[in-house]
Amino acid sequence: MTVLQKKSDNPIAHLSEADIESIGLELDALRQGVMDSRGDADAAYIRRVIDVQRKLELGSRAVLLFSKFPPAWVLGTVGLSVAKILENMEIGHNILHGQWDWMRDPKIHSTTWEWDMASPSEQWKHSHNILHHTYTNVIGKDNDLGYGIMRVDEDQKWVPLYLLQPVWNFVNACFFEYGIAAYDLELGKNLATKERRADPSFRAAGKAVLKKIRKQMTKDYVVHPLLSGPSFLPTLAANFTANVVRNLWSHSVIMCGHFPEGVETFEKKSIDGETRGEWYLRQMLGSANISGSKAMHIMTGNLSHQVEHHLFPDLPSNRYSEIAPKVQDLFDRYGLRYHSASLPRQVGSAWHKVLRLSLPNGWLAQTTPANVPAQVAKLYKMTTGGPKVRRQLQQQAAA
Amino acid sequence: MTATVPRPSSAWPVLGKLRDRVVKVAELVTTPLLPADYLDLVDPLRSGAALRGRIEEVRPETRDAATVVIRPGRDWLPHTPGQYVRIGIDVDGVRQWRAYSITSVLGRADGCFTITVKAIPGGKVSNHLVRRARPGTIVQLDQATGDFVLPAQRPEKCLFVTAGSGVTPVMGILRNHVADHDDVVVVHSAPTADDVIFGAELRELARTGQIRLVERHTQTAGLLDAAALAELVPDLTERSTWACGPVGLLEALEEHWAAAGIPDQLYTERFRPRVLVTGEGGTVNFARSSRSLEADGATPILDAAEEAGVLMPSGCRMGICYGCVLPLREGAVRDLRTGEVTTAAPGDGVLIQTCISAAAGACDIDH
Repeated sequence: MTVLQKKSDNPIAHLSEADIESIGLELDALRQGVMDSRGDADAAYIRRVIDVQRKLELGSRAVLLFSKFPPAWVLGTVGLSVAKILENMEIGHNILHGQWDWMRDPKIHSTTWEWDMASPSEQWKHSHNILHHTYTNVIGKDNDLGYGIMRVDEDQKWVPLYLLQPVWNFVNACFFEYGIAAYDLELGKNLATKERRADPSFRAAGKAVLKKIRKQMTKDYVVHPLLSGPSFLPTLAANFTANVVRNLWSHSVIMCGHFPEGVETFEKKSIDGETRGEWYLRQMLGSANISGSKAMHIMTGNLSHQVEHHLFPDLPSNRYSEIAPKVQDLFDRYGLRYHSASLPRQVGSAWHKVLRLSLPNGWLAQTTPANVPAQVAKLYKMTTGGPKVRRQLQQQAAA
Repeated sequence: MTATVPRPSSAWPVLGKLRDRVVKVAELVTTPLLPADYLDLVDPLRSGAALRGRIEEVRPETRDAATVVIRPGRDWLPHTPGQYVRIGIDVDGVRQWRAYSITSVLGRADGCFTITVKAIPGGKVSNHLVRRARPGTIVQLDQATGDFVLPAQRPEKCLFVTAGSGVTPVMGILRNHVADHDDVVVVHSAPTADDVIFGAELRELARTGQIRLVERHTQTAGLLDAAALAELVPDLTERSTWACGPVGLLEALEEHWAAAGIPDQLYTERFRPRVLVTGEGGTVNFARSSRSLEADGATPILDAAEEAGVLMPSGCRMGICYGCVLPLREGAVRDLRTGEVTTAAPGDGVLIQTCISAAAGACDIDH
């Protein structure tokens, strides 16, 4: 894949300016319809989810007080994992998007909410709501694409280090919340030079993250294990497991949002003077949905409706499923591809892309059972040789 | 003091410190939430919680008014009759705050207090309370407040002038204090006899000689004005007067009392501010909330900001309590009651009351 603008079969070539404008108008109207009908039932929904989540977390942690008994450990760990997933996805992510600000409840508001996560909500809101949702899938602008540590596009030059990208994608998945904290801090960029390291705003943000991590760790790895007395170690292990499960789950869901094969990326200069319609179109082409049951949608924080979420990030999450058929109909009418597949398929597709791009362009596609030795030899040469060798072999492969 | 008297003062700091420490540990357990977030699941009315109440009953009074019985949280302080309470209730999922006069007697056996609400046409909250609110609903509360109360030095002769739902604070006073006074006149104005809130109770007070009641039914007798009042109550200059009703009536009374040279014998209670002047609006920027919105010159900044989803501090909503004050870093606002324009240069941080200030140009508010 490559950025949409460089593709020979540009998927939006058939759309006129007027088409794009009317897509924008239709979507604006769809949004307004939901905004105008927000009410009691929506408010009751989010309060119910919060209520269930808190009771589930309390219950699971209570069970874990006796976690040295294996059934209690299993039950408590499963419950806590689910509670942590609900807290991060359907509750935290969506409240921090301001989806529930209209209720004017200071307890459920994007400016007051704090979540069970290494990154303080204030920092995450900046990098996620402002940067990622504005510059969705624009190479060089949207750091969510590979989080600045991965090769996400054929146009990014391949270097041997990328061979390890499946490994660090997995490590990132296990400790995703810390990855996000580092990413929100723009750690790579900000640690690079002495001036940036000394920058007061970076230092303040760094301190805030460390404080948050300390509190989180104290809770999960000191206080609750201590409360468990003789079950100290099993509870610690349970909490660690629940955090890893939550991290793996949210990483998978988020990878499915923008990373499966066929999701488009965009050139930096393509968004200069972008109209409202064009912005919508970019969100439509740059996102992918996950199909599944109602429970699955809730567990993904309705990010399974990634397309709808990216079109309207501040609509209450419980309403995405209601507008999804209308959005899909719009895709169909304008001859656009609405990406939607089951969770295993989308996760598989995203991982396939991670693997493919960890290798030189075309390498995976050209490899057949018969030519494996030759391909491996070529890869070895490209890995051990200098840039010149790589360029030469790459050109040969392309020819 | 003798040695046998317990000295709680020395024991309290220790207990206080212990309590603080327990709270700190509990916070370590519940972070990033607070222990209160979990306790609220079980007992939202407990001591130490944000002040809330539970609607126990909604009792119709007239065709468009109802009395709402509210059980307040344990930190509720007794009110002074005549005061109002601010109530935050979710209507169509959106939290709305309004002030209502307390109408109940002090020290009810069940610990509840009541407000009496008249549904006004188009009124979001009043219609909800009168027609749709259900027992069991949790509402947010502030402590009772307001100056529309009897002075400690009780006047010999009182006059209460009320119109429509303006009778509610007066009923709060009468129910508690009517026995303290020998000479009480109540002049109440309502469209018809059936529209008189607490009609039966007022008539009973009159029948037993506790008050002199003058009912003015405006559908047949026309609106009550100061001249008509002077005819109905010839000795009104000798009385201390409490008046509550529409802005027009109150203004007429204030003028009349001022002309008579006795403005300090009149106490008035308004339910909403008087808007005098409006003008051009502007863009209002809330830097710390990362929100920016277009506000017209007639809408209080508080209302415009809430409409846009900004969490705003608020209080009486009529320019009295200063609960809504925020610093204006730069820009201009107009006081809707007087038309006075307040400007702030960068860095000034002029404190403005957002509930009665509308944008008069671009504004940058530190919030």
